[in-house]
Amino acid sequence: MATLWFVLLALMITVYVVLDGFDLGVGALHRILARSDEEREQAASAIGPVWNGNEVWLIASGGVLFLAFPAAYAAAFSGLYLGLILVLWLLIGRGLGLELRHQLDNPLWRAACDTVFWLSSAILAFVLGVALGNVVRGVPLRRDGYFHLPLFDILNAYAVLVGVVALVVLAAHGATFLAARATGALAQRARRYARRLWWGELVLVCGLAAPTYDVRPQMLTAFGDHPWRLVFPALMVVALAAGFVWQRAGRWRLAFLASCALIAGLLSSAAAGLYPNVLPAREHQPFGLTIHNAASGDHALGVAVAWWSIGIVLAAGYFVVAYRLFMRDSRA
Amino acid sequence: MTVDRLQFTLTVTFHYLFPVLTMGLALFVAWLKTVSYLGREQHRPAPLRKTDEERRTYDGAAQFFAKIFAVTFAVGVVSGIPLEFQFGTNWAAFSNFAGGVIGQTLAMEGVFAFFAESAFIGVFLAGRSRVGERLHWISALMVFAGSWISGFFIIATNAWMQHPVAYSLHQGRAQLDSLGKLLTNPWLPWQYAHNMSGAAVTGAFALAGLGAFYTLLGRHARFARVCLSVGVVGALVFSTLQIFPTGDRHARMVARYQPSSFAAMEALFQTEKGAPLVIIGNPNTEKRRLESAIEMPHALSFLTSQRWNTELRGLNDIPTDQWPDSVPLVYYAYHIMVGLGTILLVVALLAALLLWRGRLLRSRPMLWTLMLTVPFTYVANIAGWTVAETGRQPWVVFGLMRTHAGASPASVVPAGTGIFTILGFAGLYLLIGIVYVLLIVRIVARGPGEGAIPADAAGALTAA
Repeated sequence: MATLWFVLLALMITVYVVLDGFDLGVGALHRILARSDEEREQAASAIGPVWNGNEVWLIASGGVLFLAFPAAYAAAFSGLYLGLILVLWLLIGRGLGLELRHQLDNPLWRAACDTVFWLSSAILAFVLGVALGNVVRGVPLRRDGYFHLPLFDILNAYAVLVGVVALVVLAAHGATFLAARATGALAQRARRYARRLWWGELVLVCGLAAPTYDVRPQMLTAFGDHPWRLVFPALMVVALAAGFVWQRAGRWRLAFLASCALIAGLLSSAAAGLYPNVLPAREHQPFGLTIHNAASGDHALGVAVAWWSIGIVLAAGYFVVAYRLFMRDSRA
Repeated sequence: MTVDRLQFTLTVTFHYLFPVLTMGLALFVAWLKTVSYLGREQHRPAPLRKTDEERRTYDGAAQFFAKIFAVTFAVGVVSGIPLEFQFGTNWAAFSNFAGGVIGQTLAMEGVFAFFAESAFIGVFLAGRSRVGERLHWISALMVFAGSWISGFFIIATNAWMQHPVAYSLHQGRAQLDSLGKLLTNPWLPWQYAHNMSGAAVTGAFALAGLGAFYTLLGRHARFARVCLSVGVVGALVFSTLQIFPTGDRHARMVARYQPSSFAAMEALFQTEKGAPLVIIGNPNTEKRRLESAIEMPHALSFLTSQRWNTELRGLNDIPTDQWPDSVPLVYYAYHIMVGLGTILLVVALLAALLLWRGRLLRSRPMLWTLMLTVPFTYVANIAGWTVAETGRQPWVVFGLMRTHAGASPASVVPAGTGIFTILGFAGLYLLIGIVYVLLIVRIVARGPGEGAIPADAAGALTAA
């Protein structure tokens, strides 16, 4: 049962990054790609109606982590305290920057909102990567199940590297989204950036393997022990290749799908490498939190599968309604 | 621990200012949309029997309040996200202890409420011209349902902290025994009804107050009339429900399960048969008595148990280490809430009387009163939550876990870090608060009308 919840949690986080990833990416490139007021308006309204729904996947993932693995939730959020609070402030800044830019018809107001939205999206993409990097690297968990990482230890070399990967991958995701959705000069520029960022993705994703082996050999050896799990990194490779081909062919919607698959491949590989750890300790340290010692009771996990399935089917229905509506008519 | 409490007090209080309005407005926007969508002159029950002209005004009003709703909702969302994460950052020990139980309700809120709310708010705000008449109406209903379901799961979580049920302890952690029993916690229905009716009171007075404002200025007459009639009727209905039965039953629940909290609410020090109901008075915790009091003899015992001479336990018979840490705060918050609730009911009653006699639009004193009442509904709501949360002290989970034991260990989150983030939140929220007020003032100053009633409204309505 705890294994099932590990999979569901990984699934929800993946959906979060795939969906909110493109609006984070559009945000991270906002003032770089969109150079005039009209272009920024176009970029903002491409994600305006859907970003909030995308971000709900983060809230729901947090809720599921709390529900299924409360010990890991408590340890991670308190131990990475300043990092987490920073995420909260950035989420506030980004949401308000995007939502309030239409509220006043004044160029200075819009410029201020756009800048807040741009910078907080970019830093947020980086910080989310840093958080993942710290989880993969492991944290100095103590016997009592908690740890404390000062801000500069949160920003260790490996985590910063994963942060940069996250920023580049999400920026490429956002650029590909705009390449498929936008029109005019904005679309041209987005396509150019998407092609360039692809090389960044290639270098960084390949370059991530060695440092990952260095901090946690299990991340790679897990695939040797369970060869079927190689489907996840394989998905990553195929998605990268497909992205390259479709970008060159000018099939931007397909290229965007490839970008979604790349993110799914990255995160599912990370989850497959971590399993059964939810929040591992540092390499060779004993007090890691796994699905065995961090999970809620059996009744809690069992009954939650039932309502979760119903809720997610409903949510998927709402998303189909909303996306069909918005994706259809802003293309027209 | 003090730092963590201060921080949570700050963030949750600021946050609640927004959902109290969105939950209240969602109800009335859904009502306005329903009238404009379903209303016909014939073959309809009385509240829906409207002319095309009236339905257009209702629709315009829904559009206008959607603008206020949109800004409030955005601030509510972004200020709400920190709360779920603060359980982990600042209250790690509590999360670790209680996550096996309240993780359920918090995750259910995300899955059942937030997805619906976020998807349909996008559809609703996109506007009728883009989504069609029927989907626009449905999305108004879904936003209403989403926000009230969200409230339900938050209250279900709080109800467990107030009156823990359906759990057992394993290795120092609470584990859920039955989801059914968690959701049928006897504490839950009355707290939920009381809270939501409080939100509806704010929504209703916001409508009535705005209608009064435009009427006093002599602007937007038709719009103002709809706001006044819907708002005043709503205010009367929900101010009444607020006191009876919801407030009454909720207070009895507190008396039964949290005698320490109940005694603090009434500043009842002596255990008494036939305890009085305190109208005003100043509690003196050093001398353990109530000074300068005006009381209604025996009334408290009667309200609690329907018998004039029931014995109620006073604080003197409760060990001081189980007293709420500030008895006067609980007492004053409770009396402010009850006092304002009573005044709001009187205002709503008088306004409804004038509305019924057709004199409301000409009664300037009443219009002024309605307009000035709006902020006090917020005070009453916040005071109510203050009673619930400070009355529960010194427990974070009543009778099970003390608040100081629930905070993140100091070795994990040093107090200095907490102080830094309080300052950060305070600054950020001050800025957001100012921007919010400016934007709302601007929306109100512009008034309804601009784009609110499209030229094809008549056609669209008859076609639907």
